[in-house]
Amino acid sequence: MANFLEAVLGQYNNWAFIILLMIGIYAMIAKNNLLKKVIGMAIFQSAIILFYVSVSLKKGATIPIIAHGHGHDHGAVAHAIDAASYANPLPHVLMLTAIVVGVATLGVALAIVQKVNRVYGTIEEDEILEKIKE
Amino acid sequence: MKIIALLVSVALGVILLVATNDLPEWGDPQSPASTHLSRYYIENSMEQTSVPNFVTAVLADYRGYDTMFETAVIFCAGITVLTILRRSHRRKKKDVQPRPCREGQDIILKSAARLIAPMMQLFALYVLAHGHHSPGGGFQGGVISGASFILLSIAYDLEMLLSRLKERTIMFFSGLGVLIYAGIGAICLLLGGNFLNYSSWSKILQVSEVEARSHGMLGIEIGVFITVTFIMISLYADLASGGEMDEGL
Repeated sequence: MANFLEAVLGQYNNWAFIILLMIGIYAMIAKNNLLKKVIGMAIFQSAIILFYVSVSLKKGATIPIIAHGHGHDHGAVAHAIDAASYANPLPHVLMLTAIVVGVATLGVALAIVQKVNRVYGTIEEDEILEKIKE
Repeated sequence: MKIIALLVSVALGVILLVATNDLPEWGDPQSPASTHLSRYYIENSMEQTSVPNFVTAVLADYRGYDTMFETAVIFCAGITVLTILRRSHRRKKKDVQPRPCREGQDIILKSAARLIAPMMQLFALYVLAHGHHSPGGGFQGGVISGASFILLSIAYDLEMLLSRLKERTIMFFSGLGVLIYAGIGAICLLLGGNFLNYSSWSKILQVSEVEARSHGMLGIEIGVFITVTFIMISLYADLASGGEMDEGL
């Protein structure tokens, strides 16, 4: 039991993302309401975004912006950069991209839900299936 | 159905939890993600682009293609929502009952929105222009600027916003942003460089190649800013009014 607790606490960040991921995928599969499915998708995306941001972390490192980098002597600063003292910028860039795609897909998903509601008068999945069969 | 879903999600969770044992320690500077490519960016981007913010340098310069199509994705999402929801014929005004809450709308809300909106727009421009030196850039500034318009249309109504900012104008500007981005890349081609290699702009701007890359990044960030701002307004206007473009929420 102590071992298990140690394992959980040592990797509490990963546990948090995986639990969020499970909540998201459960909502996407099991929920009957289309809006709740869309919310599940958003939770799923946030879990992955959080995972990437945590990958970019380095112990003792600061944000990925060079301190005092905008003086006139660019060249003097450039060769004194230690890669371990700045957080990894690459996951930040990728997740900036993913957040924007997330907004775009969320917008399209909401539009589709609205259209479904306009055509079938409901956003409950089983009621929509019944109306399609009629 | 719910039991199957529960089983699937729990099974996925267990597999991932077992896999986390193979991940490097959290915060390890020598982890695979932090060594190969990202080390190159951290050590060289300042020298090559004179932009202190690595994220901006990688986003707008090294991964410029990615960001260009990113902007195109947002533009496509805006068009898609418009095509799904927009109704070509307007319902007659008489059919729509004016909502009761519309009468005597809160004066505090309206006055506050009037004061906040210009501040938000100013701050959005700051975030855009200062993206080279601090967290920020086209996407972030664009979202703030779009939110200021959305705030106005919530405090008043959508009609008020659309009477000042025609739908045609909104779609024109959201396309213009993508065009600015691709245009800056295409001019690099005309100047003899590769697509989106801003260092060839040095011939026009009369600065060194390194400075030209920094200025080119600002140019494409402006394009991203314009697209994101107007697509946010368009998404809100379509979703809030169900494609009617009448009074909104």
